[in-house]
Amino acid sequence: MISLTINGKKQELDIDPDTPLLWVLRDELHMTGTKLGCGMALCGACTVHMDGTPVRSCSIPVSAVANANIQTIEGMNSVAFQAVQKAWRDLDVVQCGYCQSGQIMSATALLQTNKKPTDEQIDAAMSGNLCRCATYHRIRNAIHQAADAIGKTASTVGGKA
Amino acid sequence: MNFLNKQFATIDKNSPLELSRRQFLQATGVGGGLLVGSGFISLTIPADAATVSDAPVFNAFLKITPDNNVIVAIKHMDMGQGVSTGLTTLIAEELGARWDQIQFEFAPADATRYNNLFWGPTQGTGGSSSIANSWQQLRTAGAAAREMLQAAAAAEWKVPQAEVQIKNGVVSHGKHSSEFGVLVATASTLPAPQKPVLKDPKDFQLIGKKIPRKDSADKTNGTAIYTQDIQLPGMLTALVAYPPQLFGKAKKVDVAKAKASPGVIAVVEIPRGVAVVAENFWAANKARKLLAIEWDLSACETRSSDELFAACHEAASKTGHIVKNTGDASAALKKSEQVIEAKYEIPYLAHAAIEPLNCVVKVDKNQCEMWFASQMPTIDQMEVGKVTGLKPEQVKINSLYAGGSFGRRACAGDYVVDAAQIAKQLPGRAIKMVWTREDEILNARYRPMAVHHLRGAVSPDGKALAWQHHAVAQSIMRGTPFEGMIQGPLDNSIVEGVNDMHYAIPNLQVQGTEIPIKISTLWWRSVGHSGNAFVIETFIDQLAKSAKKDPVAFRRELLANEPRALGVLNLAAEKANWGKPLAAGVSRGIAVHKSFGTWVAQVAEVRINADKTFNVERVVCAVDCGVAVNPDVIAAQMEGGIGMGLSAALGEAITLKNGVVEQTNYHTYTPLRIDSMPKVEVHIVPSAEAPTGVGEPGLPPIAGAVGNALFAATGKPVTKLPLGNKV
Repeated sequence: MISLTINGKKQELDIDPDTPLLWVLRDELHMTGTKLGCGMALCGACTVHMDGTPVRSCSIPVSAVANANIQTIEGMNSVAFQAVQKAWRDLDVVQCGYCQSGQIMSATALLQTNKKPTDEQIDAAMSGNLCRCATYHRIRNAIHQAADAIGKTASTVGGKA
Repeated sequence: MNFLNKQFATIDKNSPLELSRRQFLQATGVGGGLLVGSGFISLTIPADAATVSDAPVFNAFLKITPDNNVIVAIKHMDMGQGVSTGLTTLIAEELGARWDQIQFEFAPADATRYNNLFWGPTQGTGGSSSIANSWQQLRTAGAAAREMLQAAAAAEWKVPQAEVQIKNGVVSHGKHSSEFGVLVATASTLPAPQKPVLKDPKDFQLIGKKIPRKDSADKTNGTAIYTQDIQLPGMLTALVAYPPQLFGKAKKVDVAKAKASPGVIAVVEIPRGVAVVAENFWAANKARKLLAIEWDLSACETRSSDELFAACHEAASKTGHIVKNTGDASAALKKSEQVIEAKYEIPYLAHAAIEPLNCVVKVDKNQCEMWFASQMPTIDQMEVGKVTGLKPEQVKINSLYAGGSFGRRACAGDYVVDAAQIAKQLPGRAIKMVWTREDEILNARYRPMAVHHLRGAVSPDGKALAWQHHAVAQSIMRGTPFEGMIQGPLDNSIVEGVNDMHYAIPNLQVQGTEIPIKISTLWWRSVGHSGNAFVIETFIDQLAKSAKKDPVAFRRELLANEPRALGVLNLAAEKANWGKPLAAGVSRGIAVHKSFGTWVAQVAEVRINADKTFNVERVVCAVDCGVAVNPDVIAAQMEGGIGMGLSAALGEAITLKNGVVEQTNYHTYTPLRIDSMPKVEVHIVPSAEAPTGVGEPGLPPIAGAVGNALFAATGKPVTKLPLGNKV
């Protein structure tokens, strides 16, 4: 038995311990928002958060995450995530959409640690996520827009306080 | 895939496509003549509901629920190009609906209702034809429903139908006003008007406006369902062990260890390999590694890339099929004092969509049900019918989002057939066959490699005089079920964009030669244009230099009779400040190309760094695709086409060593990442022409634009792709 915490919910699973986290999410828990792209941590389509840090779930055996908090796109609701998702929708970033769960997870992790990233910082944080439709131009703009929105919310809240 | 436009007149009598044509002509009762381009519009209500959800059906494309939701059937595959937004816009516009009440469903496979009007009786997506072939059809479907609602309201309110207004989802007359929902029960039973009146374009409310995509919400919260995500009761996962090279065959198979592996349900042989069927992916993946297979590779390619290029150059040095001959290029070149010569090399490319190919199939006695994203459902129905012994119409396809495709899912004898071969051995069980990235690269069907030899000259007064061009490449269709679509001696994809070149060259000769290589090829976003535009556009810059003329000015002269070409050329040049000084180390290049009826010009700004590496910093793009149905989707497709074209131009190549593909995954086959993506600006030329496609035309010019920027900076002609990151 392996015990896991996914999106705040504790799960007990009887599963081959070397199964990658990605396949536990997809085949066991039927949480299919996290995608297979390469199986080698090269494309980022499988990105989830492990204790808040973006990781590639295709290359992490489930046995290695037993004590971690795993967040997938299905369970995201942080301020940064909501701002990212809204910016993605406002700018219609998506094309085929298949890589976008991973893009959004990486972008959210970036904004949780860097409130005002530059183009270069965005490129560095997002270069592990491939998009074959090449929506990169809009991804960059959406991250800036999300950062601005978070900044405005924070200053409004701060002002009121 | 514009050669699909060549219709079916020359299709081989024995090919599946011919079979398909005859079957569909019989099924639709249109014997003899072709439906192609006839504007065939099905406004009759189908016996079964057009799509999945229950609601009053107005026609094959449109249902309206009592609570005012308008549900549009999308007959084309959504691979990111925006059909779920673009096609719904056409219906919403004519219907007079509010954008927020519009929903969509993917149409099932049924070519009698959902055929591509440019492809005859075949349902399919490609050749940037979705909006173009649907333009009249879907507007008419929307207008017909609008008139039916008006008629229902007129009867209810006892007023003249012509006075009933529909706007923003509200039906009104004087003091009467109603939403669609209360009228649909009556309206949907009225006879469909056969010639509904379309709106005057000046009254368009949605067409031409920036409106939000219909697929953004699902694709930003993880709920969009791709083939990979299908879960069915009792479903099993299958992985196939394929030979290390295409056309290899299993000679000796030992399945004992794999069969004994935990979670494995069956191991089955199929014509192209050995499939492990297991409870889940990981069990199948582990067991597949335990298969011991001896392969017969005697039918496989043995040459390496350098040998293949040498063979292409050898063929290019001889005379090929002459497919265009204007004036006398040979004589003009002979007389010229200075002849510019160039020999181009273009590599194989993989589609490498992020969703690896996959297909869910369940075979029962009288039906085969499938769940996947099909780019050519009609072909898939026929092929799977053949495998399972069922009629094509017994093959039911539930259409899903495609996680990219770029042409890859429009194929024959491929992954769909493999999935059906597995499923038919396990009847009654849903089988999800998935490929890993390695399977996908190994079994990719590549954009053909090509070699072009060119000779050209300008006159002493600086005008383009002669152009002799020989393109050598592997045919995409020869030896495949699509072979019947080749017209004449040469697969047109080898010379497309060249033989119909828009530059007014007085002495132009284009030759083409097919070279057989035992590697499988396929249409890759923009097909032949993807490489040919690079060749043409960089050679034009060589001629411009020889003529001592500015590349834009030189092109203007040669395009004097092509107003739409001039339109994009001038707009891109103006917006990019062509001719104005640039920062030190930065150079500009321009390219203009027409594909699939759409004109695109791009200016690339390239910075060459002190260490000789270079970056593409900015691209300015102008596009003329007729009426801009969804300007923001058009911009997105230009951005994406530029990104994918740049990806190929800079760093993509499939290479062979002794016949074996050397790339396996994204570390050796390396698509563009965000840190190499330039800033992109898109400008749309206003137009009242019927719309043409945008899925592919944004791609072809970029390699040439970047190549020309490098040429401008270094003076060294650029003739080989990929360019790498150094000059």
